[in-house]
Amino acid sequence: MSSGQTMVEKILAAKAGKDKVVPGELVNIRVDLALGNDITAPVAIKVFEKFNLERVFDPEMIVLVPDHFTPNKDIASAGQVKLLRDFARKYNIPHYFEVGRMGVEHALLPEQGLIRPGMVIIGADSHTCTYGAIGAFATGVGSTDLAVAMAVGEAWFKVPSTLRFEYEGRLQEWVSGKDLILYTIGKIGVEGARYRAMEFAGPVIDSLSMDGRLTMANMAIEAGGKCGYMQPDQITFDYLKNRVNKDYTPVYSDSDAIYEKVYTYDVSDLEPQIAFPPSPDNVKPVSKAAGVKLDQVVIGSCTNGRIEDLRVAAEVIKGKRVHPSVRLLVIPATQLIYRQALEEGLLSAFIDAEAAVSTPTCGPCLGGHMGILAAGEKALATTNRNFVGRMGHPESEVYLSGPAVAAASAVAGEIVHPKEVM
Amino acid sequence: MILEGKAWIFGDNIDTDAIIAARYLSTYDQAELASHLMEDIRPGFFEQAGSGDIIVAGNNFGCGSSREHAPLAIKGAGISCVIAVSFARIFYRNAINIGLPILECQDDLYRTLQEQDLLRVDLDRGLIQEIESGNEHQAAPFPPFMQEIIRLGGLVEYVQKRLRETG
Ligand code: SF4
Repeated sequence: MSSGQTMVEKILAAKAGKDKVVPGELVNIRVDLALGNDITAPVAIKVFEKFNLERVFDPEMIVLVPDHFTPNKDIASAGQVKLLRDFARKYNIPHYFEVGRMGVEHALLPEQGLIRPGMVIIGADSHTCTYGAIGAFATGVGSTDLAVAMAVGEAWFKVPSTLRFEYEGRLQEWVSGKDLILYTIGKIGVEGARYRAMEFAGPVIDSLSMDGRLTMANMAIEAGGKCGYMQPDQITFDYLKNRVNKDYTPVYSDSDAIYEKVYTYDVSDLEPQIAFPPSPDNVKPVSKAAGVKLDQVVIGSCTNGRIEDLRVAAEVIKGKRVHPSVRLLVIPATQLIYRQALEEGLLSAFIDAEAAVSTPTCGPCLGGHMGILAAGEKALATTNRNFVGRMGHPESEVYLSGPAVAAASAVAGEIVHPKEVM
Repeated sequence: MILEGKAWIFGDNIDTDAIIAARYLSTYDQAELASHLMEDIRPGFFEQAGSGDIIVAGNNFGCGSSREHAPLAIKGAGISCVIAVSFARIFYRNAINIGLPILECQDDLYRTLQEQDLLRVDLDRGLIQEIESGNEHQAAPFPPFMQEIIRLGGLVEYVQKRLRETG
């Protein structure tokens, strides 16, 4: 009985101290990193207190990022962040990221070198799946799971079966990782990968940048996936150089690994993709979205607030002006990206175009603050969810796209292909 | 454990933003969260639903964010159990972890039941009965590990027990 294993199966087996695990098996494993934010960590801290422990399992493995309602939007959120800050002090947790040093969690952790291939990362945030782009097993959990990991360093998992997605061909200009993942979610639906791991592979992925890969893995959850990942390669190792100072062992899927299903997409003719409200799987090519008038455009978030995204958006918008009836918000995802965008002149391009540039925050992505929509308003965002009420009033609407289409549409006042404004 | 309550019917892909909107997440007070349950998709639901009532939904219930506030709001509103064709995975584990009973049942109850039909649920056997007609439906049984978590009242109690045993 010779059958290979996928990357995720191998990582889970190693952490469970076994030679092999099979899909469906329940394992209790040691986790390497546990993440919480200003919404989920307060609940976890309350649960942690029930254990009456004097110490956390390992202060180094806990990461706390107040990013959702920060800089504190009101008194209640100030209280929530204070809980995190006090908890970090009390238990000597080094990885607490204060405003001014922080960023949107899933952009921040890889940037700070906290993610290495082969790790197991849980986060009380659904987009924790982002880190799969670095060849780790990373998945979103709840606050109780986070509390338990802080207390005993472990979490329970059902080993997922794996779906493999192969992308062939060559991407057209202005088409990015965001378009690949929107296209995929459009094909398989919001529960197409429910409970499963998504392995992204093929020649298009082999030449995709790390920022593009992070964007794709980020949205695995929008297809219901437990995790989404790329196997580590030279692009991964180059990204990790100068960030990570600990050793790591890359893990790869065997050539005879068993997949539940293999999808192959030729993406040579793929247009930029748009997810129409109210679901990330309601995806159409940009040509089918032409003429949708916009009130607001948001460029940012853990999906597309990285430096490459800002570069593309600035390239489109440079020397132009945001349409008079549109508000454009640009939110670099971390402090480092903000600084880099400043030094590269990208921020001037946005400000000259009359965009509002904000300090890093989740802000409007989840309808928290900094750009809430009124009833009847339409927004185009580079974020990952467009559910009813996601960015504000239940009667507002959110469309999703990559940064090039978002920037072009901010200029045009309606959804357009970037080539229309270049 | 036997539960009895009125059924409230919801569709497919009920997401966590619909269950509890992000604007209410600056609190983790269960009663406060409960008062906004399903507010954006069904205003007034919290007032309508009585203690012990049962949410019946379609595919992928609880998709979206990891917010444990969603099952907490449901539990806080006195809902005794959620029956769906399928659950999104983070919602599924959160519900188990906080001790909110949930059942996956392939029968399309959300299509066949009427709003406020009375249901009786035998959790141990995973059996759902329509009280009026007597029709029965079988839900998927939990693996033993999860049964143990639910029996103890949630993951916290499960871990507390382990901490006691290992000193
Ligand atoms: S940017 Fe949006 S999706 Fe990402 S962590 Fe923040 S709220 Fe969640």
